[in-house]
Amino acid sequence: MTTLTFEDFPPGRFGSFGPRHVTREEILAFATEFDPQPMHLDEEAAKQSLLGGLSASGWHLCSIMMRMMVDGFIGHAASLGSPGVNEVRWLAPLRPGDDLMLDVDVTEARPSRSRPETGIVMFRCTVRNAAGLALCEMVSPIMVGRRASAGAGQGG
Amino acid sequence: MNFFEDIEVGQRRELGSFTFTAEAIKKFAAQFDPQRFHLDEEEGRKSLFGGLAASGWHVGSACMKLLVADGQRRAKEAAARGETVAVWGPSPGFRELRWIKPVLAGDTISFASVVEQVRTSDSRPQWGIVQARNTGTNQRGELVFSLLATAFVPRRGAGP
Repeated sequence: MTTLTFEDFPPGRFGSFGPRHVTREEILAFATEFDPQPMHLDEEAAKQSLLGGLSASGWHLCSIMMRMMVDGFIGHAASLGSPGVNEVRWLAPLRPGDDLMLDVDVTEARPSRSRPETGIVMFRCTVRNAAGLALCEMVSPIMVGRRASAGAGQGG
Repeated sequence: MNFFEDIEVGQRRELGSFTFTAEAIKKFAAQFDPQRFHLDEEEGRKSLFGGLAASGWHVGSACMKLLVADGQRRAKEAAARGETVAVWGPSPGFRELRWIKPVLAGDTISFASVVEQVRTSDSRPQWGIVQARNTGTNQRGELVFSLLATAFVPRRGAGP
């Protein structure tokens, strides 16, 4: 598979990825390890919470979004990692059994000043459930190698 | 857990520490972020990170783990004193997450949380909105992680 470089990420819609099915078991496993709050672990307690039923940890949703990004395009891009995330908005609960789709837009792409062999691509990612409801939105830059240097040290 | 009225700008809590073993880094990455520098020592050394590096989402999730443990510890203490325990609402999100330095295999990160802003909610008068800067510092005293978190916190006596 051809390695995607900075030049392959012009501003605009990049693509949609998925579906990714999310099971009750994985919601419970993540929450047990990283976010053991009742609304992520216990059906009855979750019904009493503002979320109105069992829902995944927001960090689980972000981690699943990352995996969908890696499977969708980062896994075959000259990715050098990310310096951070401008914003994450948790808009609606992720429920057991949801099938997720990921919409990816590039909002900005510019060469790095400090590392001219790389570029910085600003992504806006939206995770939706099967009904099309947006569950999570993220704006985050990723450093991507430029074509002239993509062969050096990237290893494909 | 505290009520909105108990929270003041500048309050700082030490949340405890988390050690990122190579095994845990690879396990998390295999599941959620299978990029080569998160999965393999040699690939990590060749990357900008300079070693097997934890996924940034692993670092954020570890911070969440310690925040939840701290909240549960405080709730238990409040209950032991016979106080009403405040039940915080779900978070609407966060801003300004910075992965400042790589978290490498063997690193121990100490997390802390400092309140930066408190305000009441116009649309939900029974809730206050608290913004806190959550940070992670490695065993050499270097800041490696920072994020501005938002939480809905119940106001005292407002009822459910």
